[in-house]
Amino acid sequence: MKTKIKGLLWHSLRPGLPPGLLLAGLALPLGGCQMGVLDPAGAVGSAEKDLIITSTLLMLIVVVPVIVMTLLFAWRYRATNTNATYAPTWSHSVKIEVIVWAVPLTIVAILAVLTWVTTHALDPYRPLTAKAKPLEVQVVALDWKWLFVYPDLGIATVNQLTLPVGTPLDFKITSDSVMNSFFVPQLGSQIYAMAGMQTQDHLIANRPGTYQGLSANFSGDGFADMHFVVDAVSPAKFEAWVKSTRAGHSPLDAKVFRAVEEPSAKVPPTLYSSVQPDLFNDIIAKYQGKAQGFHSAMKED
Amino acid sequence: MPFLGRLTWADIPFDNPIEMGAVVFMGLVVAAVLGVVTYYRAWGYLWKEWITSVDHKRIGVMYIVLALVMLLRGFSDAIMMRTQQAMAFDNHPGYLPPGHYDQIFSAHGVIMIFFMAMPFMIGLMNIAVPLQIGARDVAFPFLNSISFWLTAVSVGLVNLSLAIGEFAKTGWLAYPPLSELQFSPGVGVDYYIWSLQISGIGTLLTGINFFVTILKMRCPGMTYMKMPVFVWTALCTNVLIMAAFPILTVTLALLTLDRYLGMHFFTNDLGGNQMMYVNLIWAWGHPEVYILILPAFGVFSEVVPTFSRKPLFGYASMVMATVAITFLSFVVWLHHFFTMGSGADVNAFFGITTMIIAIPTGVKIFNWLFTIFRGRVEFSTPILWTLGFMVTFTIGGMTGVMLAVPGADFVLHNSLFLIAHFHNVIIGGVVFGYLAGLAYWFPKAFGFKLNETWGKRAFWFWLVGFYVAFMPLYVLGFLGMTRRMNHYDNPAWTPWLEIACAGALLIMCGIICQVVQIYVSIRDRKNNIDLTGDPWNGRTLEWSVSSPPPFYNFAKTPVVHALDALEDLKTRGIVQQRDEAYEDIHMPRNTPAGFMIAVAAAVMGFALIWHIWWMAALGVLAGIATLIWRTCDDDIDYWVPASEVARIEGEHLERVEAGRATVPGRLFEVAGE
Repeated sequence: MKTKIKGLLWHSLRPGLPPGLLLAGLALPLGGCQMGVLDPAGAVGSAEKDLIITSTLLMLIVVVPVIVMTLLFAWRYRATNTNATYAPTWSHSVKIEVIVWAVPLTIVAILAVLTWVTTHALDPYRPLTAKAKPLEVQVVALDWKWLFVYPDLGIATVNQLTLPVGTPLDFKITSDSVMNSFFVPQLGSQIYAMAGMQTQDHLIANRPGTYQGLSANFSGDGFADMHFVVDAVSPAKFEAWVKSTRAGHSPLDAKVFRAVEEPSAKVPPTLYSSVQPDLFNDIIAKYQGKAQGFHSAMKED
Repeated sequence: MPFLGRLTWADIPFDNPIEMGAVVFMGLVVAAVLGVVTYYRAWGYLWKEWITSVDHKRIGVMYIVLALVMLLRGFSDAIMMRTQQAMAFDNHPGYLPPGHYDQIFSAHGVIMIFFMAMPFMIGLMNIAVPLQIGARDVAFPFLNSISFWLTAVSVGLVNLSLAIGEFAKTGWLAYPPLSELQFSPGVGVDYYIWSLQISGIGTLLTGINFFVTILKMRCPGMTYMKMPVFVWTALCTNVLIMAAFPILTVTLALLTLDRYLGMHFFTNDLGGNQMMYVNLIWAWGHPEVYILILPAFGVFSEVVPTFSRKPLFGYASMVMATVAITFLSFVVWLHHFFTMGSGADVNAFFGITTMIIAIPTGVKIFNWLFTIFRGRVEFSTPILWTLGFMVTFTIGGMTGVMLAVPGADFVLHNSLFLIAHFHNVIIGGVVFGYLAGLAYWFPKAFGFKLNETWGKRAFWFWLVGFYVAFMPLYVLGFLGMTRRMNHYDNPAWTPWLEIACAGALLIMCGIICQVVQIYVSIRDRKNNIDLTGDPWNGRTLEWSVSSPPPFYNFAKTPVVHALDALEDLKTRGIVQQRDEAYEDIHMPRNTPAGFMIAVAAAVMGFALIWHIWWMAALGVLAGIATLIWRTCDDDIDYWVPASEVARIEGEHLERVEAGRATVPGRLFEVAGE
């Protein structure tokens, strides 16, 4: 998976140039930053970080000269500098006009190709390919916490997303309230969570660790605390975690869910040993009423 | 049904010391203004010369005064947000609870865009456009008065929400379903809806008014390719207003139907579709940012040639770039929600159209650069704002293109990186542009220049303050901090938020300098007086008349033979003579109808917000009655006799003579010969 995205990104643009070279050359002032999008823990996030850096460098080709020229020209042609050439009626030059249209045009043309290729490679709806079997996680935005259902494992959590490292993650996302955005900065792409609809996100964690997840779309009073803990662990540890969750916690049945659904903030991570079947689809369905046709989410499968 | 709808004493926030403090402060300011007007017995003057005025210059001044007052209000919100976020680390709650903080960031966005930037832009257009095209007024002076007062009463409504009830807690675009009755049952969203609806009608009328004015009222000889660039940008902005504002009106109307009549356009259930609102609001919202920035580009295109003593480089390119941006601004709206689940083809398409806008914008920057090239640049305040803009906006443009790449936007969307980006282009572009325009046209409107020393101090505080306040926000975006957070527990964010807060304080110093600047300039106006009407040795027609211009603008309609019409006249040595033969001038009469219709609209808006149906009906009826009364009024115009024109122009020429001795300038050298 990692090579696939990277391959698309880099080989389409700069064949043969190792991506690390540019990264190393760019003295990031944020070098030691923790938990940011510049410290990615998965292939999607890494590709997005590289994309940010590539596009910035491309644009600096024109931005730096413009800034330098602005300051230089303003100083050189200050009114008090009578040594500088003064051309009081000069206002046209075909040569310069061609250049000023051509330079931004060229940069944007390159960026456009980069955009077309990377937008397809990084499409959040695109399943990732890897050796490991993908893990499906259903995500429900509630006021103001996140419910995660692992449909194949039959367990659920609130504000706790435990993941096996190296496993492609298929997120199916909806909301049981207002619009939110499901986002783990260190894993990559965010996607909106909207009631009555299902959106998708495909991410992967390649490095074990604990990361912060949050809502990136304002959703009301409890929004600031709408965080969740992301624990990326080895597959073995993940299996152990699933087992202990099944064994040591209570189930998420309809009654418990009604309590969970009530607006509340700062909810500590909670685990549920089992989950009412089809909870996720029921949450979507309850908003669809009679006008189902209007509700089909984009690219629902 | 209660007599006052939902309104009760409990809606006045007596228990909230911060809000009550603001209310008392606002009350004191209003009382002080009323007191001063009464003390100087200026009510009659204010009514006759300003409130009922249909003169575009007066209306322009009122728009800008409104914008500057709202800049103070919007900035107060900003400084509260910055201090809250600097304090609320490690789950410390700060001093603003979420419900209050949410209102503040919503009000900040709404006020800065709708009630600071828009009135500022429309004010500058009002002052400059008719003068630049050699017209005596706008096409529909009475509509202009309605437009202004509709905006002014909307400002009143937004600020009233501080004292009575609450403002929206939804963010400045009020995305449903959060803004629906189910999640926002209070009056906040209703204040939002009605203030935007009422001011939106005013803005739409302005768009029509200036569109017609520019198309139909240009003086003889001023072909499209001889229009000053500011007029071109105003034309394109008004086309955008006419095309985009109806979308906003309809979108908010649909939300209103949801909230008032239980419909389901954007609700979660029964067929509502929130994605439709998001699309519609940005189909207005993206053109809106070009509505704001194009006139700023126009100001820079006037300022750079004037202060470089050189014609604008690449006029035709500049016009083409402006028109290109106008069209492109309508095909990029989806870049505001790449994360809503569109397919890769759609996202890539909108990402690329967005980047394409960078091409004409880049051309503009280069053209200003080459206007400076081989010029004689005088570092007065307007050119400082321009240079500050060129550097700052280039950075903002770069981060904008980064956000236009969907793959990058997926991790930067809704983060503080986005906040930094749009403040980078709105402060660095729109605000710097309008402040340059204010310094540039102030002497035209008032007859004296603004104090340069305080103007330069303000500029440096704003510039440095901007970088200190917003560069940390870029960093915070990379650190994964999203917008609109009341508090947070990530210790890595705190130092950057503290720096940003210091930056906001520097900007505050800049604003204080501007207040001092206005005070000092008025106090010392005799030293900065503009006797000639042409304080900057200008190139366009507004500088050919006195400062302030006579109410009829031009004693004789000018005839234009070249771009930079005044520069052309100066070059050819053609100046106003004492013995010109003047003719009677046809002028519109002042009318209180615009003010009264707006007050009726405000009564209606307030009543609808609080569900006081009888009062809403009263407001609607009063507005319609006033309109009918105005329509039946035949006495709406008059003639200024030629003798009166000759007297006014004679006085102006005497002042010019007096000015010759003290104010050097090419116009007067020619005139004296």
